[in-house]
Amino acid sequence: MERGRCGPRQVLMDKLNEKAWRNDAAAKVTGRARFTDDIKLPGLLHAVPVYSSFVHARLLAVETEAAAKSRSVVCVITARDVPGSNRCGQIRKDIHVLADDKIRYHGDVAAVVVAGTRAQAIAAGRRIRVRAEPLPEIIDPEAALAPGAALVHEEYGTNLIHRHVIRKGDAARGFAESALVVDQEFCTPFVEHAYLEPEAALCLVRADGVVEVRGSMQHPYSTRRFVAEFLGLPLARVEIVGTPMGGGFGGKDDTAALVCARTALAALLTGRPVKMTYEREWSMRESYKRHPYRMRYRMGVGADGLIRAVQCRIVADGGAYCSTSPWVTWRSTVQCCGPYVVPHVDGEVLSVYTNHVFTGAMRGFGSPQVNFAVEQLVEMAAAAAGLSGVEFRRRNMVRQGSTTVTGQVLEGHAVSMSEVFERVLAESGYEDKLRRSSRGQGENDYYGVGLAMSYRGVSLGAEGTDVCAAVVSVQFDGSVLLEAGIHENGQGAESAMILLLAEELGVDRSRIVYRRPSTSAVPDSGTTVASRATIMGGGAVSRAAAAVRLQMAGAVAADLGCRPEEVRFAGGRLTAPGGRDVGFTEAAQRLYRDQKYPYALGVFPAPRVDWDESCGQGRAYFTWVYGCQAVELSVSRSTGRIRLLKAWAAHDVGRAVNRAMLLGQFYGGMAMGAGYGLFEEVAMTGGRLRSLNYDTYRIPRSTDMPEMTAIVLENRDPLSPSGAKSIGEPANELMAPAIANAYFHATGRRRCQLPIGGEK
Amino acid sequence: MKKADPSTAAGAPGFARGSTSAVLVRGYKPRASGEPKARPLTLVVNGRNLRIPAGDRRKDLLTFLREDLDLTGAKRGCGIGVCGACTVLADNKPVRACRTLVADVLGRSLTTIEGLAAPDGGLHPLQQAFVDCGAIQCGFCTPGMVLTAHAFLLKHPAPGRNEARRAISANLCRCTGYQQIIDAIMAAAPHYKIKE
Repeated sequence: MERGRCGPRQVLMDKLNEKAWRNDAAAKVTGRARFTDDIKLPGLLHAVPVYSSFVHARLLAVETEAAAKSRSVVCVITARDVPGSNRCGQIRKDIHVLADDKIRYHGDVAAVVVAGTRAQAIAAGRRIRVRAEPLPEIIDPEAALAPGAALVHEEYGTNLIHRHVIRKGDAARGFAESALVVDQEFCTPFVEHAYLEPEAALCLVRADGVVEVRGSMQHPYSTRRFVAEFLGLPLARVEIVGTPMGGGFGGKDDTAALVCARTALAALLTGRPVKMTYEREWSMRESYKRHPYRMRYRMGVGADGLIRAVQCRIVADGGAYCSTSPWVTWRSTVQCCGPYVVPHVDGEVLSVYTNHVFTGAMRGFGSPQVNFAVEQLVEMAAAAAGLSGVEFRRRNMVRQGSTTVTGQVLEGHAVSMSEVFERVLAESGYEDKLRRSSRGQGENDYYGVGLAMSYRGVSLGAEGTDVCAAVVSVQFDGSVLLEAGIHENGQGAESAMILLLAEELGVDRSRIVYRRPSTSAVPDSGTTVASRATIMGGGAVSRAAAAVRLQMAGAVAADLGCRPEEVRFAGGRLTAPGGRDVGFTEAAQRLYRDQKYPYALGVFPAPRVDWDESCGQGRAYFTWVYGCQAVELSVSRSTGRIRLLKAWAAHDVGRAVNRAMLLGQFYGGMAMGAGYGLFEEVAMTGGRLRSLNYDTYRIPRSTDMPEMTAIVLENRDPLSPSGAKSIGEPANELMAPAIANAYFHATGRRRCQLPIGGEK
Repeated sequence: MKKADPSTAAGAPGFARGSTSAVLVRGYKPRASGEPKARPLTLVVNGRNLRIPAGDRRKDLLTFLREDLDLTGAKRGCGIGVCGACTVLADNKPVRACRTLVADVLGRSLTTIEGLAAPDGGLHPLQQAFVDCGAIQCGFCTPGMVLTAHAFLLKHPAPGRNEARRAISANLCRCTGYQQIIDAIMAAAPHYKIKE
């Protein structure tokens, strides 16, 4: 078991010895990397979306004549022009790609204008008139559930999108056995992903009749489905080609696919390549957000300081469309009690339609909200029980063999909750800092330290089919082509796959080229979300590599005087136990001459999970990761400004594949979590967004962040072929509650609503 | 705005003689004749002297760089001068290309990310430090971040970590949490002390 310590000083020292590496770094640092909007083609047309001024209205007409006659306009597209289905959605097909019957939120697209230049397309778009009859605006999710409330989607007969329940034991008995009960409501806001690159798509119809799509999206396969259904084409006639993407964080799934679908239709109708690049204002207006949650929690604790029961009712604002709401709220359900053993649980998590901007996947996927609640709740319960938060957590946290609130026994992997927790306590000097926390006393600025911890189910779990493919093809000269069904969102997924393959084949990484990914080349491997790229993609790469190794070993084993499975791959050579060896390239050539290929499709199906939706019980995820973060801060007595002083994070990642990129996930996740805790909130008036750009939606700047210490724990997971697990989301789900707890220790005031404050 | 035509390759008019940079020349297309003819003024971009036709001077610098010169390293992240993804250097001072008119930088010397590496493609030490320190994720903020850091290091070749942190405070990055970017600036600083 290898354990790493990586404070900032350590990182700088590491730099002298081990330089970071990623396959696309040189292209990105020189400006050579071509993002979607950077690509130019002969005859290119430009498309722009047109919105209406309505939030909820019955659509009467989209008047396009004046726009169609505007300078250089080639066509104006409305719902009437859609050759396939105008309805899209991953779970429920309730998204009207172009508004037809109603306007359901302020970001519904009524038309698309296609013109010779972008400026002219924008000018023409202003001449489109949307006539509609306003309907009552449904803004409050609780009111939306009341009998007789107006409906966002009349066809479903209710505004309820989905209701998950979780029933374990007998909550009434648990509360009866409790010596104390804490009861608290928590609220979280709409949050914007704020990827630096706004949505963009570039589409063309190739001579072979295939619609080729490039775009800024993190789910090539769902984009392909959306485009194909929208155009009425078979999947094989749509090809999504991987293109550098300027950040996603879960936000470039549904909306990004819709942008691609509309652009593809423009290309189909005009017969010319079409590009649609979003302004920041359009992106923020139209794209889905992280769900706001209203959470009512009760926790009962016995005289022994052990949690007896938790009851919770959580209502999530789903906005105008279903998107991934049922999946997001499912993760909230499974993780509703945090990483604690709770014998009796009674919870429900509802997602509700409103006329707000719709909500869906965002880094964390339903965990940042419940963590914000639970990690404060346990400290409140601890205080009520006369225990420190540290002691209370030690008594209640999950350990090896514990049973989760969904009845899953945590086994088959290292349950390292205690390990990450104790490491953060030690590295941060937590208990000493806690003693020095001001708790609202003293003359100077307030000072406090706080922490939060979590466990997290890895990958999709019982959400749905979870499988990933990769293709490894060794060329005649010993160079290697690799492609995997995961997407490079910026996190370094391709580099991680290359490093894993280099290790599996025992060759230098310089031999390996990651092929530009295409949905036509690798079977549907799902979406690059849920922190699943390394574990799922890495699993598929490991499987493919194992198959190729067997092929190559088979060709040379007889000569080496051993069995194929005994051949070792290392240092660019294939070596028998006795020491006889042959070069990697030569082995490949031997295979080619035998009329065989060193080529394999590797498939990694996630290990089985099971789920009973009627009571919210089951083996929800095949494995789990464990993390803990702490933060030290000061609060100005005069202005209330919160300043973060230092932060620590410990995560068990299974195995560090690419250390510098791993640390980047730590730091980036902590920063995004800090923004969530301190000031991020999409401001709205009714259903209209007031935060439409970075001047009205603040994300953390360098000066908002403190020095961060990353503590990497590596307990290889036997269920992951590469041993690696996940980090993207775990790193992002803890800083907000840690800040809330530190704020309490500093000021003596509990903040149960995000964002907590700081200067606006 | 005019679309770049890949066929107008090296040697296209609009550049002062002696232009050899393929990156620069590719895609540059001057105004067609018939546009208003004011006496062209010049702008130096990555060491190349460009004559700027009157019609182009009203353009915002970012559009001009991206669409007319095909220098797409500078990115459009917000269009209001807040995010810093469009940062380029004018006489080694950072400017927000999206909020700058071409006319405002006439007569000055611009450096874009494409002009930072050596002519043979070798990375500038600061670029190398970004690579080596893992300071790059999605890469969308990277060009603006590198140029902002470059301008800072030219003036402050021996910065403290906090100074480096403040130097990039007007450039947004959503991926990295800034820590490895600061690592990169600190790692590159000694080079500026010795050489620049």
